[in-house]
Amino acid sequence: MEHYLSLFVKAVFIENMALAFFLGMCTFLAISKKVSTAINLGIAVVLVQVVTVPINNLIYTYVLKGGALSWAGLSHVDLSFLGFLTYIAVIAAVVQIMEMILDKYVPALYNTLGIYLPLITVNCAIFGGTLFMAERNYDFAESVVYGLGSGFSWALAIALLAAIREKLKYSDVPDGLSGLGITFMTVGLMSLGFMSFSGIQL
Amino acid sequence: MGLRAYIDRKIAPHFHEGGRFKQYYVFYEMFDTMLYSPAETTRSASHVRDGIDLKRVMMTVWFAALPALFFGMYNAGYQANLQITEFGYSPIAGWRTDLVALLASFDVTSFWANMLHGAVYYLPIMITVYLGGFIWEGLFAWKRGHEVNEGFFVTGILFTLIVPPAIPLWQVFLGISFGVVVGKEIFGGTGKNFLNPALVGRAFLFFAYPAQISGDSVWTAVDNFSGATPLSLAADGAIDFSVGLTAAATESGITWMQTFLGGIQGSIGETSTLAILIGAAVLLITRIASWRIMAAVLIGAVLTSLMFNAIGSDTNPLFAMPFYWHLTLGGLAFGLVFMATDPVSASMTDTGKWVFGLLIGFMVVVIRVVNPAFPEGMMLAILFGNLCAPLIDYFVIQANIRRRQRRTAVGGEA
Repeated sequence: MEHYLSLFVKAVFIENMALAFFLGMCTFLAISKKVSTAINLGIAVVLVQVVTVPINNLIYTYVLKGGALSWAGLSHVDLSFLGFLTYIAVIAAVVQIMEMILDKYVPALYNTLGIYLPLITVNCAIFGGTLFMAERNYDFAESVVYGLGSGFSWALAIALLAAIREKLKYSDVPDGLSGLGITFMTVGLMSLGFMSFSGIQL
Repeated sequence: MGLRAYIDRKIAPHFHEGGRFKQYYVFYEMFDTMLYSPAETTRSASHVRDGIDLKRVMMTVWFAALPALFFGMYNAGYQANLQITEFGYSPIAGWRTDLVALLASFDVTSFWANMLHGAVYYLPIMITVYLGGFIWEGLFAWKRGHEVNEGFFVTGILFTLIVPPAIPLWQVFLGISFGVVVGKEIFGGTGKNFLNPALVGRAFLFFAYPAQISGDSVWTAVDNFSGATPLSLAADGAIDFSVGLTAAATESGITWMQTFLGGIQGSIGETSTLAILIGAAVLLITRIASWRIMAAVLIGAVLTSLMFNAIGSDTNPLFAMPFYWHLTLGGLAFGLVFMATDPVSASMTDTGKWVFGLLIGFMVVVIRVVNPAFPEGMMLAILFGNLCAPLIDYFVIQANIRRRQRRTAVGGEA
């Protein structure tokens, strides 16, 4: 239990997807003008991440990894070169299926998430989460925790950024920096604050 | 009022509409309002009749920092002279040492010698900071057509107090430039930033030039000296917390009382908790700083250190550090009183202030205890608190809106 807890804390704070690895920047910068939409997008990312990372984990462990096909008698086959292709296909498929399920059973959530759900297909934080999982050889339970943690880390970061940007509406930014420019500077300063976690060993 | 009349008659007309130096009005205005409180009043509605304005607020903080400043200056000299007199280190060669040798000696028992030795290190830092601030603030004010804000006086003085005494002056200039420009001016100046500019500047120096602002050899201004700060000693397990408040807790004779009164190594303004408390009293009596934030940081730090005490660890001696040591060592007290209470970058709502303070108190102890990369956590804890503050406020306000909606809904039915 303690192991999973520290994995979660590590994924959320120390290895924050947005502010330590700078993954998922496009949506992070573009859809952070309002806190409420940012939180909704964050929830969508958490949902997708919790589903895709474990699925990809299963595929990696039982199909793609070198020697993973030994259950089929093909122990010398190494399909890991198909990794990128497979993961992105899985992510796209999961997002599509999830969209349909939400539309059918939780229409309220589906309507709030709106366009953000399909957008997540191309969010590199999602893809990054899967790649980190494969690289670090997480087992199934770990991949569930890591999916939750890394999704939550991104959600937290975008909510923080959106709140700061709402506050910055009252600021007086020089013309040349206004808009995306000041957002870049803000994110840079935020990651300075997140440096407080770098170096913690759990 | 001879000077007032002279300024009004001889100097002011040149800078006002139609004068020769009209485009330099901001610089004139800056010095004029530094000398006299402005006679201007609000022109439109909602005029508050109160003696306090931004300038008065900033000046009060400035005065509150003076005890820590003067003690810090004395202590910087005392630490250097102590090593020179007692342990035979030589002072860093240069004009500073020549000046001290000319006007005083390196005698650690002499108040004057300590003060002077501290001043030759502190005053150049202060001049550099204010020069840097003047250049950047003036440039932005001049080009963007707003007035130079007093916020910089506070940022400047706080920045001088959180650097080590022997820091190179070009780094001081670089740090304050980064703090003022990136931490504040690109957002539009005082009141519009979201992080504390002094801490942004220090964090920049901390990550860019760690050799000059952290480690063992920077805290005392003598040649080839290496001595760990009490906080580093605690991390090495060299402090015996079980002794009483006045007994020596280390081999080099540091007592808890010493960390409270001052007389230990550290950044210039942070060493004496007592001097900082005097400043805190001024800020609280004048109601400039939020008591909620101060109390919350204190409670957060105490609870977190008690939690670590309870967990315990065989390998990390900081787990056992009692809360009263946490409070007097390092920058916790200084950050608590002067940095966390910065009204611009802290939470705005009352409930938010509690959450914000508790978060900082929690973070500082966590960074100190479990993060081996940084010996001190106050700077990063406050920066982290600053960037969480808007989100905390958002949730507090949303909760309030929901509560009121429920209340009106219930009232409407009845």
